[in-house]
Amino acid sequence: MIEYILGHINYWIIIVLMMIGLYTMMSRPNLIKKMVGLSVFQTGVILLYISMAKVTGGTAPIVAEGFTTYSNPLPQVLMLTAIVVGVATTALGFALIVRIKEAYGTIEEDELEMMDNEE
Amino acid sequence: MIEQQLSILLVVLPLLAAPIIAVINRSSIAWAMTLSVTVCCLIMSVWMLSGVVDGSVIHYELGGWAPPWGIEYRIDTLNGLVALIVCGIAAATALYAKRSVEQEIPKHQIPMFYCAFLLCFLGLLGICLTGDIFNLFVFLEVSSLSSYALIAMGRNRKALTASFHYLVLGTLGATFFLIGVGLAYGATGTLNMADLSVRLPQAVDTHLVNTAFALIVVGVALKAAIYPLHLWLPNAYSFAPSVVSIFLSATATKVAIYVLIRCLFHVYSVEYVTNTLLPQLLIVMGGVAVLYGSMRAIGQTGMRKMLAYSSVAQIGYMIMGIGFLTEAGLTASLIHLFNHALMKAALFMAAGLFIYRANTATFENIKGLGREMPWTFAAMVIAALSLIGVPGTVGFVSKWQLLQAALEENHWPMVVIILVGSLLAIIYVWKLIEVLYFQPREKMRVTGVASGSENIGRSPISMAVTLWILALSCIYFGINTELSMDTAKSAVEILFAADGGQR
Repeated sequence: MIEYILGHINYWIIIVLMMIGLYTMMSRPNLIKKMVGLSVFQTGVILLYISMAKVTGGTAPIVAEGFTTYSNPLPQVLMLTAIVVGVATTALGFALIVRIKEAYGTIEEDELEMMDNEE
Repeated sequence: MIEQQLSILLVVLPLLAAPIIAVINRSSIAWAMTLSVTVCCLIMSVWMLSGVVDGSVIHYELGGWAPPWGIEYRIDTLNGLVALIVCGIAAATALYAKRSVEQEIPKHQIPMFYCAFLLCFLGLLGICLTGDIFNLFVFLEVSSLSSYALIAMGRNRKALTASFHYLVLGTLGATFFLIGVGLAYGATGTLNMADLSVRLPQAVDTHLVNTAFALIVVGVALKAAIYPLHLWLPNAYSFAPSVVSIFLSATATKVAIYVLIRCLFHVYSVEYVTNTLLPQLLIVMGGVAVLYGSMRAIGQTGMRKMLAYSSVAQIGYMIMGIGFLTEAGLTASLIHLFNHALMKAALFMAAGLFIYRANTATFENIKGLGREMPWTFAAMVIAALSLIGVPGTVGFVSKWQLLQAALEENHWPMVVIILVGSLLAIIYVWKLIEVLYFQPREKMRVTGVASGSENIGRSPISMAVTLWILALSCIYFGINTELSMDTAKSAVEILFAADGGQR
């Protein structure tokens, strides 16, 4: 059992990380904290891909003398794209939060909902 | 040979035009470029579809890298049809957009608005055309990010919160999809969809494959606003600028449903899906969505929110058709995809015209407006009848197909729900007609329009003409069903035949 947990330690960390992100996103009324949760959640996925690509004893995928096993470079490349997407999402989210603060004067979700329902 | 190049040009053309518009930064040029790009894309997509409707497949290898290593664009009848829907609606929206955008968007933001519009269009087209599942995720994010920006441009400040909710939920959905793709890659070592469909049945680790399936379906379902995951849709559609609601309501959810069909029937096989809980779940959720969406639509006090809830109901019909897992059911779903795009775009265009004139589309403020705008009202009635499913309109064709599919499977509860859904549609459509035509005209409480503005007096011709084009096509495709029906049938046949070939 211990061996099973330790052998998959990366994946356990990823699951914990993603759940922390998801929980923060759902439980916090503050919009910035929601965005933080979202970012943590996305980071979990990046770690998942990178962990999958790792080959035990493999080096960076560069052809060189004396090395025969390499890690899979493809997931790492995919994650570069995903990081860019994540940064764009976060930037857009923060831009929206700024506009919400200007329009409503608050970024607490419960207060926003109250103001929306009043109209 | 030329068709091969068309598939990539469809994506490259808007991709080139969008930054050029942003750099030139002149609103009239921005509109002209948007219109010409979308019309060019429409022509190319018709050309492309005519090349694949007989069942042949177009392959385009990006950068000359052979699949499954490189990214491949793979167009069969199914993609061709969905790409045609996206291009057609985009061209119509672009034609309609000029005056509506001038009124609703601050002047200095207009070029950026068209830039974001083209990016969203490009993303949706990319999703349709690509044959690589990770590339699909990237396009999904391109279209989503630009649609968040577009929705946030609405005049009401609620547009901002609606956009933020959509951003959080949409990103969550896309991330679930990404995890699913990662697990599928882990199980098979490939990202090419055609290659995945060959390798997934051979994959040993069934837990991995099952988890990937569940995550992909949930992620796409969030994007498609399938019933319990529809919460972002009503606010996003009702507070976005009119042009954006027209475009998104007619294309965004449809493309997500295309992805669902592609994943269920092509990447995973019918055989695999049959052995999961999903078909029953889809049928039940579809049924609930039809009833819930229609009931909520009846209770609304604004035209656009009513239309948005009606979208939730209409998506229910499509999901139901997919859930039957038969050729007839899937054909009905595809036809409804095509037809619903036409009628919902027409209805949101009518709402946009009312907003143009009265500055709002809540029932209180558009009382009796139908009598002052008889042409707009008449076109709206045609599209609304189609929403109910009156014979002679497109809505009838797809509902009839769906009913037949349900009868074929002896799904009696669903037969009842489809009919009850139509009855509920009559109630909310009647409510709309009553407000617009039979209630006495009240003194218009126009706000936010400069005095002496001509907006109150007449509707712009470009907007009215586009609305009528769509309304007439609602009738045309209701009588002449050849194009939509034959294409949908051949698309479904290919999906099921490819599946049989692997067994």
